[in-house]
Amino acid sequence: MSQQIVFFILAAITLTSAIAVVALRNLFHAALALMASFLGVAGIYILLEAGFLGMAQLLVYIGAISILIIFAVMMTRRMMQTRETPFNSQVVAALIGTLLSFAVLVVVIGQLYPLVPGTDTMLGSAPAVDPAIIENSTARMGLSFVSADGYVLPFEAASVLLLAALVGSIIIAWPRSGEEENL
Amino acid sequence: MIPLSWYLLLSAALFSVGLFGVLARRNAIAILMGVELMLNAVNINLIAFWRYLTPDRSVGMVWATFVLTVAAAEAAVGLALIISIYRNRDSVNVEELDTLKN
Repeated sequence: MSQQIVFFILAAITLTSAIAVVALRNLFHAALALMASFLGVAGIYILLEAGFLGMAQLLVYIGAISILIIFAVMMTRRMMQTRETPFNSQVVAALIGTLLSFAVLVVVIGQLYPLVPGTDTMLGSAPAVDPAIIENSTARMGLSFVSADGYVLPFEAASVLLLAALVGSIIIAWPRSGEEENL
Repeated sequence: MIPLSWYLLLSAALFSVGLFGVLARRNAIAILMGVELMLNAVNINLIAFWRYLTPDRSVGMVWATFVLTVAAAEAAVGLALIISIYRNRDSVNVEELDTLKN
């Protein structure tokens, strides 16, 4: 019961700040709401007993990506406060399409899994597992990242991807010659 | 006792909000924020399925970590592109970026 209350609080934080992200006119306020939404998602991870990913969420999303977005908002300062609507001309079509896709998702989820909590028939609640399995899950994930029959190849590819993104974003954002006066 | 479907519904709602942001906002940075919301929704799904269906295997957490990595790379490159566009065109309104249209 207390878990359900925690879930509802976290879901309310996540969804209200997500709606604020897409609806607020001031982009800086939207970025702050995005941080609140990431915080709610981190709480959801911890509620799902994935503590490592909750901390990674705090570090990577709130610590790095949000700050990067706030930097970009501030570097494009004149776009921060616009008098006109923040939405483009297809806002009504986008709203209808989004609501339709959400309705389809709700119907599909309702067909597949029960919507009311119950003892663990058909996943009405989290299946009880040995606490040691949950405790060791981070260690097992770390081992599977470096073991040859695990995910060592995707792991190396991810590191190459991060390096390429780092170099690529520096090159893309580097001012070309004769462009410095616009800085 | 939280049923799996609640997590899936939260994830579906978060994904839909992000999708609306991507489709309806004019500012390129706001569109990137919508993409980040959608990636978070995907990660909630992955972690919920990991906890409920395969808690003894690490594949769900591994996949979520890769989504996190790709999101970080995507944000870095996307914001660099936006800053470069702003420098050249003095605007990050996606409705004005129609060079390839004609």
